[in-house]
Amino acid sequence: MLEIKNLHASVNGTEILKGINLTVRAGEVHAIMGPNGSGKSTLAQVLAGHPAYDVTAGTITFEGQDLNDMEPEERARAGVFLAFQYPVEIRGITNAYFLRSALNALRRARGQEELDPVDFLDVLDRKLKTIGWDDSYMQRPVNEGFSGGEKKRNEILQMAVLEPKLAILDETDSGLDIDALKTVAEAVNKLRRPDNATVVVTHYQRLLNHITPDQVHVLAEGRIVKSGGKELALELEAKGYDWIREPARV
Amino acid sequence: MSTTIEAQVLQPYKYGFVTDIGAETMPPGLNEDVIRLISQKKSEPQWMLDFRLKAYQYWLTLKEPTWANVKYPAIDYQAIRYYSAPTQQKKYDSLDQVDPKLLETFEKLGIPISEQKRLSGVAVDAVFDSVSVATTFREALAKEGIIFCAFSDAVRDHPDLVRQYLGSVVPYTDNYFAALNAAVFSDGSFAYIPKGVRCPMELSTYFRINASSTGQFERTLIIAEPGSYVSYLEGCSAPKRDENQLHAAVVELYAHESAQIKYSTVQNWYPGDENGKGGIYNFVTKRGLCAGNNSKISWTQVETGSAITWKYPGCILKGDGSIGEFYSVAVTNNYQQADTGTKMIHLGKNTKSTIVSKGISAGKGQNTYRGLVKIMKGAEGARNYSQCDSMLIGDQCGAHTFPYIDVRNSSAIMEHEASTSKIGEDQIFYLKQRGMSAEDAVSMIVNGFCKEVFRELPMEFAVEAQNLLGISLEGSVG
Repeated sequence: MLEIKNLHASVNGTEILKGINLTVRAGEVHAIMGPNGSGKSTLAQVLAGHPAYDVTAGTITFEGQDLNDMEPEERARAGVFLAFQYPVEIRGITNAYFLRSALNALRRARGQEELDPVDFLDVLDRKLKTIGWDDSYMQRPVNEGFSGGEKKRNEILQMAVLEPKLAILDETDSGLDIDALKTVAEAVNKLRRPDNATVVVTHYQRLLNHITPDQVHVLAEGRIVKSGGKELALELEAKGYDWIREPARV
Repeated sequence: MSTTIEAQVLQPYKYGFVTDIGAETMPPGLNEDVIRLISQKKSEPQWMLDFRLKAYQYWLTLKEPTWANVKYPAIDYQAIRYYSAPTQQKKYDSLDQVDPKLLETFEKLGIPISEQKRLSGVAVDAVFDSVSVATTFREALAKEGIIFCAFSDAVRDHPDLVRQYLGSVVPYTDNYFAALNAAVFSDGSFAYIPKGVRCPMELSTYFRINASSTGQFERTLIIAEPGSYVSYLEGCSAPKRDENQLHAAVVELYAHESAQIKYSTVQNWYPGDENGKGGIYNFVTKRGLCAGNNSKISWTQVETGSAITWKYPGCILKGDGSIGEFYSVAVTNNYQQADTGTKMIHLGKNTKSTIVSKGISAGKGQNTYRGLVKIMKGAEGARNYSQCDSMLIGDQCGAHTFPYIDVRNSSAIMEHEASTSKIGEDQIFYLKQRGMSAEDAVSMIVNGFCKEVFRELPMEFAVEAQNLLGISLEGSVG
């Protein structure tokens, strides 16, 4: 589904990603871990096409299409979703209206009919039931006055409604208390299907107690220095990141 | 994505076409003879001519104001034509007699002046250059005792009303442009709502400038008798031209006891091109007098056009318990400049005013909010709430706020809030990541920002305003 080859990316002339290779297949969950400043969030932003980052070398192929050639909205329409680490606020626009506009933008791109508000509420209702949440903040402005946890939950709700093929969760666990972490993780698990894939970017192992990854990759200084199964995350949790950084330099 | 946020602002002005129609136009220049000629064209009574001449004499003693935060080369008032009317300018018994080219022009602008479009539920007075060419639904409204007609018709058919109220809210001595308007105004709309009548449909005037080198000086007068209600809409557009054209209008609203007037404007005069060439100078005086107790006047404006906008729709809250409201969205893009806001003068006891102003600047646009809230000595228990928000798109535009507050009664309660925000790359990116185009993203952010104003607009207008905003800003983000 996603194939990243020798990806180099920089921001303001400083190289952050220094040759990433990663393959994600349909149905899989990959965890990207690593210390602060290793390039985890940059990788997430580059995959989504944030304009502040320049891809200087390498390829990102998603279902046969070269993502580098695509605008962020084209990537979104192709099925790439980024759950933001810091979701922005949009004043005066209700969450419900925003979600419907986003869903309709995707439906238009796929040649499907747009949903009117009534039909959309049906879809939304079903999604809320699937993930077991209520509609208490649908009429509030997007992320405005939301707590950190509510913002993160809101990202997952968007993911549920937009049904991406590839979801990238950028530090979705940060700022969540243990109960919120559990609800978010349960929602992500319920949305897993054989034909979609998830990339979880996280600093801590604790989210992976609830979302079981097929593969864990450790990022350090812009490179993947170690890959392994879910047990690698536990090892990192016990030993910290230092032990893994050193051998990579050798 | 290599383009910057402001690189996208450019969008052709949709209403810039010229109607090729025969016109009777006076040569440029202004003197007493020109004023006499305008008055004569309209077969005006002597008192009307006297009013004009007095105003003209007064205007000659004035200097053009320079305090506004706008820059433009000196206007040559002798280079302007003060009257232009489509020929075949006689009174029509039915719309079938109106020149099809005029009908077509208004159809093209989306203004339904053919009465078959009754469904739209809006009565329209269509003003083309210096004259009103058609007023719809006059008979239907007359059944309720409502008068809605061209200003010149009102002078002829209802001289007592016009004479009583003309200049009662905006005297010709008010300011430079008000004096000029009083001297040379050619047409406009007149509305009179009798006691206790709730006007069953929206009244509206659509102003179209067509002729070149011509100024438009219209005058609108709305009188709401005790306990009546009226909602009035105003729209405007003009062809694209390299020259600057002057539009100096006066609007007077008079609300008696417990009467309510809601006045909405969507102003879309030609703003000039992306290099700041051409465009309308929109120098307008609008004021409402809440004369009676518990009366209410509400101004809502969406200002997207004009090279320069200079207007401060205000309310004089004379009656006890009267209410004044001002809701405004002003957009400046490219080289547009706007200095706009409101004046709320509290005279009566327990008077209330609300000001919500949203300024959006893009390109090299300069947007200024200028507002005056004055609480006079006798205004016991007066309240004001002001909110001024500015939004910047790109880094070459400007937003300025000048709130003047003058309180002479210590029981007054004043609240003022202000904010400035910038549409950032991150906001746009967030919406694009959810599949929306850059245009839709900007439109959504801006519409959300303006929501408190849009919800004050009548339904038909709210949609138009949102679309207009989308158009004015299309291209402002990349």
